[in-house]
Amino acid sequence: MSEHHDIDHVSGRATTGHEWDGIKELNTPLPRWWILTFYATILWAIGYWVVYPAWPLVTNYTTGLFHYSTRASVADELASLEALRGEKMKVLGNASLADIEKDPALLALARARGRTVFADNCAPCHGTGAAGAKGYPNLNDDDWLWGGSLDQIMQTIQFGARSGHSKASQMLAFGRDGVLKKDEIVTVANYVRSLSGLATAPGQDAAAGKKIFAENCASCHGEEGKGNREFGAPNLTDQIWLYGSDEATLIETITNGRAGVMPAWSGRLDPVTIKALTVYVHSLGGGK
Amino acid sequence: MSLPMNRNITPNELMSGDDDDAPLYVPHKKVYPQRVSGSFRRIKWGLMAFCLGVYYLLPFVRWNRGLGAPDQAVLIDFPNRRFYFFFIELWPQEVYYFTGLLILAAITLFLMNALGGRIWCGYLCPQTVWTDLFYAVERWIEGDRRERIKADSGPMTAMRTARRVLKHFLWLMIAWWTGGAWVLYFSDAPTLVRDLATLQAPAIAYIWIGILTASTYLLAGYAREQVCVYMCPWPRIQAALTDEWALNVTYKYDRGEPRCSVKKAFDLRSLGEKVGDCIDCNQCVAVCPTGIDIRDGAQLGCIQCGLCIDACDTVMKKIGRPTRLIGYDNDINVQRRIAGKKEIFKPIRARTLVYASLIVIVCTVMLYALVTRSLLDVNVLHDRNPVAVKLSDGSIRNGYTLRFLNKRGFDRVIAIDIDGPANAQVHVVGADSVIPDRPMIVLSRDTTTELRVLVTASLDGKAEKTQPIKFRVTDIGLGEAASAVDHFVMP
Repeated sequence: MSEHHDIDHVSGRATTGHEWDGIKELNTPLPRWWILTFYATILWAIGYWVVYPAWPLVTNYTTGLFHYSTRASVADELASLEALRGEKMKVLGNASLADIEKDPALLALARARGRTVFADNCAPCHGTGAAGAKGYPNLNDDDWLWGGSLDQIMQTIQFGARSGHSKASQMLAFGRDGVLKKDEIVTVANYVRSLSGLATAPGQDAAAGKKIFAENCASCHGEEGKGNREFGAPNLTDQIWLYGSDEATLIETITNGRAGVMPAWSGRLDPVTIKALTVYVHSLGGGK
Repeated sequence: MSLPMNRNITPNELMSGDDDDAPLYVPHKKVYPQRVSGSFRRIKWGLMAFCLGVYYLLPFVRWNRGLGAPDQAVLIDFPNRRFYFFFIELWPQEVYYFTGLLILAAITLFLMNALGGRIWCGYLCPQTVWTDLFYAVERWIEGDRRERIKADSGPMTAMRTARRVLKHFLWLMIAWWTGGAWVLYFSDAPTLVRDLATLQAPAIAYIWIGILTASTYLLAGYAREQVCVYMCPWPRIQAALTDEWALNVTYKYDRGEPRCSVKKAFDLRSLGEKVGDCIDCNQCVAVCPTGIDIRDGAQLGCIQCGLCIDACDTVMKKIGRPTRLIGYDNDINVQRRIAGKKEIFKPIRARTLVYASLIVIVCTVMLYALVTRSLLDVNVLHDRNPVAVKLSDGSIRNGYTLRFLNKRGFDRVIAIDIDGPANAQVHVVGADSVIPDRPMIVLSRDTTTELRVLVTASLDGKAEKTQPIKFRVTDIGLGEAASAVDHFVMP
C-alpha cells in the first residue's frame, strides 16, 4: 500500500488511502521483523513435516525422515537403563549375601533395587512397607515362619511357600475333617492362648488341652508350641499372631486349618534381583 | 533521549521509500575512540591486566586438599556437586553463601556508586574491560581514530583488507581464549586443556567455548557501547540510586564556558574579560569509548571511564591552563564555585555509612556462618509404613533412616548414641556393634552415607504413645558431634 502517500496532517503519518466518511486510515504495516519471523515459522513447519511424523494417512502416517517415535525413544532409554543397571548389578551378582550387607555401597544399591522390586511384586500381599496383614506376615519383625537368615529368606523368595516348588506342609482342618470334636477344639484353643500368657476362658482344663495339643499339634508346632521352620509352623508362644489370637479366631484356625501360599519367584525374577530383594527384606527388621 | 515517535515525516523521507514507523532504536553511529594517555588510562590498563590476569590464570592455581580430592584452587564441580574455593568447600545445601556474595556484590556496587559514580562501568565491568582490549587491538592493527575513519570511508584496498582480517583473527583468538578459560573453572584445568588440545574433551566443553567465543566476539567487537546504552539495566538503576553528593566525571562548565579558541581567549583575557577554558577542541569526544560529549552533562551513555579527563588534561597542559577542567566532581560544587564559595566533598554521609555498615554486617554474618558451619551432620527420617513393629517378645521396634554428612576430606569413625525410651537398643543394619548398643560406623570422606537404624524398646502398656528420641552422633577421633531428633512410636 506504500504507493498511497497521502499524509495525515494531524499525526504526520502516511495513510492507506482508504477513506470512510472523511476519516482516513493510518498506514500501520506489520513490523518487518514480525513478518520475517512469521515466514520463518512457515518454513520451519514445512521442514518439520518433512523430518517428523506429521500427516495421518488411511492406515498409517507419514513417519518423516528422522523416523522419530516416542515409543522407540522410550525403548531406547529403557535399553540404555538396563545396560547401565546391568553393570552395577553384576557386582551384586558376584558378591555373597553377607558381603553385600557389610558393604555400605552394595547395601545401598541392593536396598534401592530391592525396594522397587518389592513394590512391584511383593507389596500386593505384604503391603508397601512390608507390614503384612492378616494371613500375610509382617517382614519387619523378628518372627519368621520359614526362617529369617539371609539364606532362608532367599530360599523362601526363590521357591515360595506351599507353592508346589517347596516343601509340602499342611495344617489339618481338625474340625471340618472330624479329627477333633467342637469342645476339644475350644479346650485346645484356650490351651494355645495360655502358651503365650493370654487369658483363658473360665472352666477350661489346661491339662486336657495339653494332652490334645501333644497328640495333635506337637508334631508340627513342637512339644512346647515353639513352632518349626521346616514346616512353616508358627511359634505359638510369642506375641505375634498371623491370623489373630482371640479365642474365636483360634477356633476357626483349628477347625479349618491354615496354609498360606506364597508363589515361587525364581522363574519370574532373575537371580541378581532376588539377591537384592533378599537383602532388602532382611534389612527391614534385621531378620533373625 | 527523546525517541522520535511522533516526529513529522517530511515528504522527502516518504518519497525515499522510508515509510516505516519511526524506529525505537537510534541508528548506530560507529565510535572511533582515539588513543589517549594519562593517569586514568594507566589505572584502566592496570585494572584490565589485573582482571584479565585473574580470569585467565585462576583455573591453573593449585591448592592441595589431600589425596583423592581435586587440587584446583577454584573449581565448580557439577558432577560431584561441590564448589571449591581455596580452603572452602561448599556442598549444594550451602548454596545460600552465594546469595550472601550476591548481596555483598550489590551493596558494594551501591557504595562505589555513592562514592565515585559508575566506577564499575568505567573500570571493572567485563563489557568495558573486553571492549577496551578489543579497541586496543583495533588501534594497534588499523591505526588511530583518524586513520580508521579515513579507512572506513575510503575504498577497500588490499592492505586494508589484510588489516581487517588480522584484526578479526586476533579478536577471535581473544574471544576463543575467553571461552576456553571459562570452561576451565568447571573441570581440572590442565587435564581439560590437554583433552581440548587432543580433541577428547566432552562436547559440552566445546559447545560452551563456542557460545562464549561468539558472545565475547559479538559483544566486545560489535555491540560495544550499545550494550551499555540499550542492554544493561545498571545505568537505569544507577540513576535512581545516585545522589547530589556522588562524584561523577563532570565537565566543570563554570570554568569551561563560554568556549572560545585559544587565540581569542588570550585576546579577551588580556582585555580583562571572563572567558572559559574550554577551547572546543573536541578531544574529550574523540577519546570517548561510547561516543558522547561529556560537556552535555551527566547522561546515560557515559560510563565514567575518565578517559576524557586524560584527554582534556593533555590539552590544558599544552595551552597552559589548569588541568581537571573535566574531573570527578558534582553539580553542588559547580554551583558553589559559581556562587564564589569553597568546594566541599562529603564522602562520609548517611548513604555511604549505611552501605558500608551493611557490607560489614553481611561480611560478618557470612564469616560467622562459614566458621561455625558443621562438618558433620545427621538427618533422621522415621519409617512411615509400618510406623512401629511388635516383636515376638512383645517389645516395640521403630525403623529410621539416618543420613550422615561427612564434609571432611578424610574417613572417620562415628558412634551413635540415643536418648529416648528406657533400655532402648539401637542396631544399624549391616554393621556389627563392637560395643553393645553403641554402634560405630565409618563415614567415607566428603560424602553422605545413608543407613537404616532399628531401635527396639520393651515398653509396658502404660508408656506414652509417642516419645521423643534423639540420635547423637560423635566423631570418636575429633569429638565433633551432631544430633537429630525424631519420635519413638508405639503401635
